[in-house]
Amino acid sequence: MSALLESRNLSKHFGGVSALDGLNLTVAPNEILGLIGPNGSGKTTFFNVITGIYSADSGQVRFEGADVTNANGRAIYQAGISRTFQRSRLSLPLSIFDNIMIGNHKRLNQGLWFNLVRRGDFKREFEESYAAARTLVEVFEPALANRLFEPVAGLPMIDRRRIEICRALIGAPKLLLLDEPSAGMTHEETVNLMNDILLVRERNQNLSIIIVEHEMGVIERITDRCVVLNFGRKIAEGPYRKVAADAQVQEAYLGAA
Amino acid sequence: MLAIATVYLIALLSAEKQILIIALLLAGIAVVIAAAWFGVLEGLGATFADHENALGGWAIIAALAAAAYFYDNHFVLLLVITVLLYSVATLGLNVQFGYAGVLNFAGASFFGIGAYTSAVLNTYTSLPHVLVLAAGGFLAALAGSLLLFPVLRTRGHYAAVVTIAFALLFKTFLEVNDVLGGPQGMQVKGMRILGWSFNDNIEIGKISLSFYMNYFVVGLLLLVGAIILVRRLERSWIGLNLDALRLDETAANCFGLDIARWKITAFLIGNFLIGIAGALFGMVGGFVAPNNYTFADSLILVSILLLGGIGNPWGLIVATIIVVVVPEKLQTIQEYRFLLYALMVIAVLLFRPQGLLPRPVRRYFPGWRP
Repeated sequence: MSALLESRNLSKHFGGVSALDGLNLTVAPNEILGLIGPNGSGKTTFFNVITGIYSADSGQVRFEGADVTNANGRAIYQAGISRTFQRSRLSLPLSIFDNIMIGNHKRLNQGLWFNLVRRGDFKREFEESYAAARTLVEVFEPALANRLFEPVAGLPMIDRRRIEICRALIGAPKLLLLDEPSAGMTHEETVNLMNDILLVRERNQNLSIIIVEHEMGVIERITDRCVVLNFGRKIAEGPYRKVAADAQVQEAYLGAA
Repeated sequence: MLAIATVYLIALLSAEKQILIIALLLAGIAVVIAAAWFGVLEGLGATFADHENALGGWAIIAALAAAAYFYDNHFVLLLVITVLLYSVATLGLNVQFGYAGVLNFAGASFFGIGAYTSAVLNTYTSLPHVLVLAAGGFLAALAGSLLLFPVLRTRGHYAAVVTIAFALLFKTFLEVNDVLGGPQGMQVKGMRILGWSFNDNIEIGKISLSFYMNYFVVGLLLLVGAIILVRRLERSWIGLNLDALRLDETAANCFGLDIARWKITAFLIGNFLIGIAGALFGMVGGFVAPNNYTFADSLILVSILLLGGIGNPWGLIVATIIVVVVPEKLQTIQEYRFLLYALMVIAVLLFRPQGLLPRPVRRYFPGWRP
């Protein structure tokens, strides 16, 4: 089994604090990997290092066999990794459609001449994109599909999460990084959102997901495998039930007995 | 509605007595505030957004009607042309600041580069004058890109600081440069297209049209072209890119946007518009001097942008009319006009931070339904 994403000895320090400390981690194609651990254990830092927001101090990241260590955000996106953010980072004054299209950047024709002069061709591409965005949004919330040209600012948190996930999915990534998708939502909303994510993966068998989540019910239900971090190091790995029973993991979460 | 606005504008332009002008202005302000109070403006804005092409057509007719009414009045026509060209320049600023979020405090300097281009080229070369206009745009864009290429890669408002420095340097550069006429400035030869001299009055039978009518037509064409360009830009993936990087650079980068490339593209397009407007303005005035392109003039352009509603071309035109026409007509307040601008900008920022006519949500094709 060749790994889709692989990190070797990945380290990142902020001053004297090591957020990532020699992390080894692999994600297989079509796998849903849960990344769990107490606050400050390095989960979001891992995402930020992979997507080029931070640069790693040492170690290596490989994606589909190619070295993408410290590649910038653009190159990572082009390679097929997209993400959501822990605190929603949508462009609030823009419409739902606009926000989703930001994620579709690599598939849209960005030429000046095409955009300004060949408006007929542009309109065709616009209509195709509209249909694609609509189909995707319908998976998550059919009611939103008729409101694609309303500003995101007026939407509740659950809908914003959905739009953010649609933005990450519209470009057909191979790896999706979800950073606490359930933050700020009720239990029921979370369940719905997870069902939608599973549905998307069912339709697209080439999609792998790494999910950072504090809600263990979610992790148990949707992940194939879990990696537990503490102080930037991997302390356990395996199916959720196994890692949940691990003594080290219980100590990291609950403190020493 | 637009007809009423046109008549109002014509009345304001033709009024001579100060007291009458003040009365008209107050009446206008009262009507707008009353309309806002009763919530008429929102509905009006929505209607305009739905029928934008028709609105554009009517606006052109209104401009032609105003020009026809003042066919032999040099002063008023010059004022109208100034409004047209300042509108083109602020549309350029709007692409830079309103869309890409790059603040340009040297708008008047790039306007000046256009004007000086036409002064030099008209004097020393026989380049066709339409190409001179384009050259003004290209030179302003070139100067802007040389200036900002190193800065646009950085985050934050460093670009704004660099443009301030450029605005101050530009005036000094002109003053000490003898080839460009030093502090006294230069004469600019009038425009001439295919043998048609723009600086002669037009005689049709017994009627003599002001020679400014020529420039008015070219200025109007320029403004219409600029509006179409800016509109198409906004309603394209490029407009979306610019909004995305203005609102959240980090997220935009995570979705593959080349931040520097799009900032520079926006800056070039904006400067191109400013430069063309400047080149024509140089020919209209027949004269360029360093004092016409100071930092203070750049600030006026920025205040038009803030007043009109960042991102909305129609708002910008309304704001340009207010900022250009009111001080000219109200001679009594000439000396205090900067105070007036400051008060206007503060009032807008306090009570209506999105400007007189805020920018609506992007519709790629107005009236398009899935």
